[in-house]
Amino acid sequence: MESVLGRYKNLIWLVAILFLQVLGLAVQVKRSGNDMENTRLIRIWVVDAITPFERGLVWVESSSSNLWHNYFYLRGVRAENRQLKEEIQQMRLEQVRLSEDAAQAHRLQTLLAFKEQYIAKTVAAQVIGSSGSDLSRTVYIDKGVDAGLERDMAVLTADGIVGKVLVVYPSTSQVLLINDQTSGVGVILEKSRLQGVLRGTANGEVMLERIMSDEQVNAGETVLTSGGDQIFPKGLPVGTITKVSNGKDLFLNIKVRPAADLSKLEEVLVLVEKQDRAPLPDDATHRRAADILAERLPSVPDKPPADTKPPAATTAGAAKPTASSKPGTVATPKPANTSGSPQVANNASAAASDHTAPSPTPKPSRSVKSRESKPAASIKAVAGSQTTTAPLKPAAPSATPPSALTAPKTVPAAQTNASTPAQPEDNPQ
Amino acid sequence: MPITYTSGEQVEVYRFSIPATVGIPLLALFAQAFISRHSTSFSYIDLPLLITIFFAMARRNPISGLLTGAVIGLAQDALTGLPLGLYGISKTIVGFLASSLGVKLDVENAGARVLVILAFYMVHAAMFFMVAHGMVSLSLTWSWSRGILSGLANAIVGVMLFYFLDKFKQRT
Repeated sequence: MESVLGRYKNLIWLVAILFLQVLGLAVQVKRSGNDMENTRLIRIWVVDAITPFERGLVWVESSSSNLWHNYFYLRGVRAENRQLKEEIQQMRLEQVRLSEDAAQAHRLQTLLAFKEQYIAKTVAAQVIGSSGSDLSRTVYIDKGVDAGLERDMAVLTADGIVGKVLVVYPSTSQVLLINDQTSGVGVILEKSRLQGVLRGTANGEVMLERIMSDEQVNAGETVLTSGGDQIFPKGLPVGTITKVSNGKDLFLNIKVRPAADLSKLEEVLVLVEKQDRAPLPDDATHRRAADILAERLPSVPDKPPADTKPPAATTAGAAKPTASSKPGTVATPKPANTSGSPQVANNASAAASDHTAPSPTPKPSRSVKSRESKPAASIKAVAGSQTTTAPLKPAAPSATPPSALTAPKTVPAAQTNASTPAQPEDNPQ
Repeated sequence: MPITYTSGEQVEVYRFSIPATVGIPLLALFAQAFISRHSTSFSYIDLPLLITIFFAMARRNPISGLLTGAVIGLAQDALTGLPLGLYGISKTIVGFLASSLGVKLDVENAGARVLVILAFYMVHAAMFFMVAHGMVSLSLTWSWSRGILSGLANAIVGVMLFYFLDKFKQRT
């Protein structure tokens, strides 16, 4: 027996070591496909042994590069400065146009009670190394738990998305690039608005999957994040479609060139904090604009017969703003007047009530309760696709009525709806 | 023919100092990770594999060879986003075969080393493909042309690397 063991000692060792590794691999695969928590200890040892060298070399590299570029190689800076100034002028012009678009988009989002995620806080990190294998497209960055990084945080550059944080170590993190074959990103095409899943391939290409072959997709179209993966906020640039061909199973084969150069990553941003941005508080978005107005504006006290009148007859003359006042602005307090046109209120409420039809019995403005106009509050009356914002001025002392309701932006389609000043004496609060 | 059959008494067995034993594989892993960051084409070169082959053939001890391969392979796995064991299993087998071959053959010259490295690269690639495809279900495609070209590239780099690493050999 002893001689047999001695003769096959090498083979026994081989089988034993292989068996252990196969067993370990099977356990990892069975537990969860990509969860690295059960092998974290070994990974930490190796990463801690390797990354300090990488970090040091990157520091030397960047320091020498900075020294060269910031102190010695300044040729052409003046010309570049002049060119950049011209670009700034052009971009300012562009900004004016874009700000108008953004304002319109914001109004539409308000109308739909749309919530979007936006980038609240990022951490800049330096790429210090890679996996070294062409079968695993991962890189290491020099920020980890100490900098507030967590698993599954989005990693991006100014050009586009890069990947997500896969494993976090104390001062290092491993980032899974979008061209890795285990990666997946929810994306949307910019023009056609088709949604799909972006996946990497074994040879490092990026493919867009899950788009039916009967859809019209053209090369050159921009791909953006859809936000559906809960990792990347919506609307970040992903890449450009370079090739479209028919694939198997009724889906298109769409090849995408990433917007960020994944082979030459130097600095990246890690998205450490996202926030949901809602245009309005929840209660305001579900209330009709007319109701908000009604609560804020004073009423004519105790006139029961007036409540029974048809609304059109009650406020027929109130729809037109006075000639002296700007639309949406009341310069002179008129305590006895009604609050405005019910027709306008109906239009506003129709738009503000989540696409529901306007109430068949519109509330006459006369019947609204008297409430205090809160300081610095604002009234949003949404009409069609536009929003009128009428901020209320801070409440004046009780002896002096507030001077006016002002609406800084008017809506021609709906006209103004705030024509009655607040009455501080009616304020119950 | 550069590859010659030698008896056990004729074959020289080398050992390495502890700093070289620990430092050279670490340096190879570091260089693999660092240079691949700058040049994606460098990822076709497998420095840890070359180090495994070198140590295994110099020591000429199968157990030492397979353990060296297992440790280097697992360390390489730890740097990737893949499960541990893919490179570990492949390099364990290569380490065992290289040291077993080292016992039988004396491969000290460049021509022999090119052939041996090319052969072991293919063995490594085949083992990796089988494990990755069979156990982890990675979507890989086998390409002979790519494998041979990568193997030749590794062989050329390996010959130069072995020439440098020969300086760390110590006779027993």
